[in-house]
Amino acid sequence: MQSHPASDASLREPQGSRDSRRQPPKVNLSGLYQRAVKEAFVKLDPRLVVSNPVMFVVWLGTLVTLLVTINPNLFGTLQADTNQQRLLNGIITLILFFTVLFANFAEAVAEGRGKAQADSLRATRSDTIARKVLPNGSTQEVISTELRRGDQVKVVAGDMIPADGEVVQGVASVDESAITGESAPVLKQPGTDISSSVTGGTRLLSDELLLRITQDPGQGFIDRMIALVEGAKRTKTPNEIALTVLLAVLTQVFLIVVATVPPIAGYIASFVTEILGSEAGNSLRTGSSIAILISLLVALIPTTIGGLLSAIGIAGMDRVAQFNVIATSGRAVEACGDVNTLVLDKTGTITLGNRLADEFISTNGNSIQEVANICLAASIFDETPEGRSIVQLAEGLGAKVSFDSKTAEGVEFSARTRMSGTNVAEQEFRKGAVDAIKSFVRSRGGQVSETVDQAYERVSRLGGTPLAVCKGNEIYGVIYLKDIVKSGLRERFDQLRRMGVKTIMLTGDNSITASVIAEEAGVDDFIAEATPEDKIDVIRREQAEGNLVAMTGDGTNDAPALAQANVGVAMNSGTQAAKEAANMVDLDSDPTKLIDLVTIGKQLLITRGALTTFSIANDIAKYFAIIPTIFAAAGIGALNIMGLKSAQSAIVSALIYNALIIPALIPLALQGVKFRPLTADQLLQRNILIYGVGGIIAPFVAIKLIDLVLPISF
Amino acid sequence: MLQGWMQIALTLLIVVAITPWFGNYMARVFQDHSTLLDPVLNPVERFLYALSGVRAREDMTGWQYARAILYSNLVMAVFIFTVFMLQGLLPFNPTGIGAPTWDLALHTAISFVTNTNQQHYSGETAFSYFSQFAALGFMMFTSAATGIAVSMAFIRGLTGRPLGNFYSDLTRSITRVLLPISIAGAVILMAAGIPETLAGPAVVPTLEDPAIRQAIARGPVAHYEIIKELGENGGGFFAINSAHPFENPNGFTNLIEIVALLSVPTALIYTYGIFANSLKQAWLVYGMVMAIFVGFIIITAIGEYQGNPAVNTLLGGQQPNLEGKEIRFGWAQSALFAVATTGTMCGAVNALHDSFMPNGGFVTLSNLFLQIVWGGQGTGTAYLFTYLILAVFVTGLMVGRTPEFLGRKIEKREVVLASFLLLLVHPIAILIPSAITLAVPDVSGISNPGFHGLSQVVYEYASAAANNGSGFEGLGDATPWWNLTASFSLLVGRYVPIIGLLLLADSLSRKQVVPMTSGTLRTDTRLFTGVTAGVILILGALTFFPVLALGPIAEAFQIAKGIG
Repeated sequence: MQSHPASDASLREPQGSRDSRRQPPKVNLSGLYQRAVKEAFVKLDPRLVVSNPVMFVVWLGTLVTLLVTINPNLFGTLQADTNQQRLLNGIITLILFFTVLFANFAEAVAEGRGKAQADSLRATRSDTIARKVLPNGSTQEVISTELRRGDQVKVVAGDMIPADGEVVQGVASVDESAITGESAPVLKQPGTDISSSVTGGTRLLSDELLLRITQDPGQGFIDRMIALVEGAKRTKTPNEIALTVLLAVLTQVFLIVVATVPPIAGYIASFVTEILGSEAGNSLRTGSSIAILISLLVALIPTTIGGLLSAIGIAGMDRVAQFNVIATSGRAVEACGDVNTLVLDKTGTITLGNRLADEFISTNGNSIQEVANICLAASIFDETPEGRSIVQLAEGLGAKVSFDSKTAEGVEFSARTRMSGTNVAEQEFRKGAVDAIKSFVRSRGGQVSETVDQAYERVSRLGGTPLAVCKGNEIYGVIYLKDIVKSGLRERFDQLRRMGVKTIMLTGDNSITASVIAEEAGVDDFIAEATPEDKIDVIRREQAEGNLVAMTGDGTNDAPALAQANVGVAMNSGTQAAKEAANMVDLDSDPTKLIDLVTIGKQLLITRGALTTFSIANDIAKYFAIIPTIFAAAGIGALNIMGLKSAQSAIVSALIYNALIIPALIPLALQGVKFRPLTADQLLQRNILIYGVGGIIAPFVAIKLIDLVLPISF
Repeated sequence: MLQGWMQIALTLLIVVAITPWFGNYMARVFQDHSTLLDPVLNPVERFLYALSGVRAREDMTGWQYARAILYSNLVMAVFIFTVFMLQGLLPFNPTGIGAPTWDLALHTAISFVTNTNQQHYSGETAFSYFSQFAALGFMMFTSAATGIAVSMAFIRGLTGRPLGNFYSDLTRSITRVLLPISIAGAVILMAAGIPETLAGPAVVPTLEDPAIRQAIARGPVAHYEIIKELGENGGGFFAINSAHPFENPNGFTNLIEIVALLSVPTALIYTYGIFANSLKQAWLVYGMVMAIFVGFIIITAIGEYQGNPAVNTLLGGQQPNLEGKEIRFGWAQSALFAVATTGTMCGAVNALHDSFMPNGGFVTLSNLFLQIVWGGQGTGTAYLFTYLILAVFVTGLMVGRTPEFLGRKIEKREVVLASFLLLLVHPIAILIPSAITLAVPDVSGISNPGFHGLSQVVYEYASAAANNGSGFEGLGDATPWWNLTASFSLLVGRYVPIIGLLLLADSLSRKQVVPMTSGTLRTDTRLFTGVTAGVILILGALTFFPVLALGPIAEAFQIAKGIG
């Protein structure tokens, strides 16, 4: 896989530390272009070309011009030098052939990237020997493809996991870098939502696991990914279908236009013969010879967008894949561009997953130094990020422990006590939820002063989580745990707002805390004390208003909401249920990426629209190149505003431009039009100027230049 | 010269001044709001509905609406065809005119039922008074009302309402729009000197030699004249249409006629604005069409004002081209009338389009090709907004969203219908029959061979396909070949788009509306309106570039060079 252009990095690169660790799976792109050239010829097969109506017309035209190259008088004798005619027809045939080839090449390059990625995935899926656990408890070695859903297998350190499954027993670390590019091993154990599912093709690093297989062979996660990135199941997206219809209609219109030219030109020719002589008349008849008509047709039909349309779609999927996100369909990528509501979980998406200690607030008149000492003492065995942040803050304030930590004993956090701490001899240091500490202190015969409640309220108002610390029966102070909003999010939400995308934050926090975080992050709306059911409710509500909703999720209870959302992105670390309900899977499990997906979707649609506009706008110049020169004898030579040398030169120049513009635009089609977070009006203005007005002017210049350098003259 | 331009400017000012009032009135009528004529018309309409068994409040789907149009039009066409064939036996036939040939009767029936009024006959000698007012006059109301009904169903669909009921819309179009204005207009035209009589031709002695007697054709003209313009029908009582002194005697009647033929399609854009709750967009679109319209008038008028260089050499100075024009209208009002009548698909003429300079040929043909420079009664407005839909689809992707118009997504079905009916129907109905006719020289009946002859043939089919009905003239078109092939273009040009428009409206009305955000492409901006103009010119006009190049454009160069 290639990294995307650095120029876009600031906008498109997902942020956060995870990204810096990411090492995308290696994709072998060498020989991509050679393979694409070969593919371009294979794609000349009419059964493949026929799916693209515009290119099929060019393909058929090439056949006909080939015939009139062999025998220029096949469709009626022309009053022109046969050899000259043959040469012109031959040149036209060649250019048309290359036009089809270039379009095939564009598609092949786009597909080639997907194929290369699929190959690297396929390498991880080689058949392995699995130890199937039989009902009697003994194990039997079978080939991984023979495993069926429900089978149980045993995997030991160093083994490849044979298929997607769920951990039934055991705790072990797994290297998932083959699919995620994440080098750090992942801990797997049974019973938990997130870490109990394993993916076939990943490797067990330590210990051993008993797995229950959840997918039949060929239907596992990696198999689906391969099918998707390879484009094997690629179906046209709704917008692509609509566009193909328009292009097909335009092709038919120009077929009629061109087919009706000969009788019209013939009628004019007999008139011109009368008043100007037979030479002028013959020139008009030659001007509507079959090869020239086909040239006119190919110049007028939208070959540029027709040739690049599928490449744009494939490249869109590929760009998503470069972000380490697997989309289940092109439709999902397209829908990203249309999303106008993002439903985001607070924790992990908007804020860093862990809250950090920001301040110690003393109660009962204790000095901050004392509070810091107690906090340090209570947290010295706490290995959680919160705990470590408390230690760090305390040590920053110069706190020291007054005991030898070897004599001390840690008290683990439990959901029942909702506190943790340290026991040293008879001294009990505790920290935890404020009401939990209060009852602990009271049980030890202590008093709780009002200052504790004041501190609690203050922290809540600030959007933080308050923890109380005590030593024995006295509460010394309150720790202000602060939610850290990911850096740069505010700017990105502003960008989204400008693009007309609304953000809604969901959090389990109370509404005071939620509103503070919402304010800080700059989201448009929030739902506090949200339950998983609220998630699906808010999605339904937004959809009822006509909005397209995107969301991320990982747990099994997110699955219904992921299915309900128009774009549901499951985290790769999530459960099978979540991944199946979603239409995208983020291999990096970085929920913030949703924002990038929106811009990729928009970019895909913009690229398609820009090239369509460009292609259609090109017709003006092509008309002005061809019609006045082939019918110059009718006295309309003055319309030849480009001053092209001759009819032959004009046709060849227009066709060369028409053919070369396809490879010239391949990079744009593959990389996409650079996206800017502007309002729709600004985007339209900008793109109309570049691709509309530019599309009118560019071919005038290019065709004139080609005409100037073209050595042929008849 | 200044006088001529002032006449044009004044006429357009009157049209613009009427637009909001008339547009608002039509919006009230078709939203079933109360109007001034309610006390009189409500009972009349209730009686009509009861008589015909119409359940006027029942909304129709797109197909139901289209079927209602097709059946009712078929019945009406059969009726008037029968009247033509039996007119020798029917009353009000002072001159004893017999039945026309079957192909002429067929062409005329189709021509009038499609709101085209292409005439391959001379009214004075081909049809009795009864045929004129009971068959042709009847169709002038119903075909125009059909057009208005289609535009109403279309506008309703576009703005997310049910399409309405065809029979109700047809009835209200006649009782509340066409009939009241026609009655008032006919009285004014009579006062201005247009005859309204059932008496036969006046036979009078000529001034030169009282012994020689001349028969002067007349008839119930005044009431026929106003609906001819108001309903964009254009079928003249007399062969030479509004150039005839009994159809259009003076500058005042000429002004009334131009304003009348422009009034409905201009006002319908405003009516759209009310339905869509976006008068801003209505005025922008109105301005865009007006800009193209004024541009076309200027091109035509300059050509006529400068005259024919070959003739000017003979005259020894620049003179306006007055061949085929009525002196009482002059170059300016003839040019204005020609552009207005071809733009609106009225098809009435007050000068011979065949005699216009190539500029005029270019503009009148372009009008027929585009069909939206105000456009046909009702259908033109629908085409106009379909072009907006197409422009949204082509360029709207460039804002990074699936294109939507008024919050409704433009998807495959809409693109199929819009592109087919805007882009494909016209070339099929114009270019193919033109090419066949030109390939078979015996049938063409061209009077003026060469580039001009090409324009004559293409114009005839374009006029039929666009349901305009004006003739370039100079074409021997009263033959079975022309009657039958033009009938093909008439039918294809009328009913295929109507079905398409109704299905398009139906499909849009059922869509869920996407809320407007800053990421939504706004279609009510100058920028987008300009983009639409570009799409119209590139997609609508470029199709016909070869024909225009070899027809009027080649002719213009030929005249400029003085060849032939």
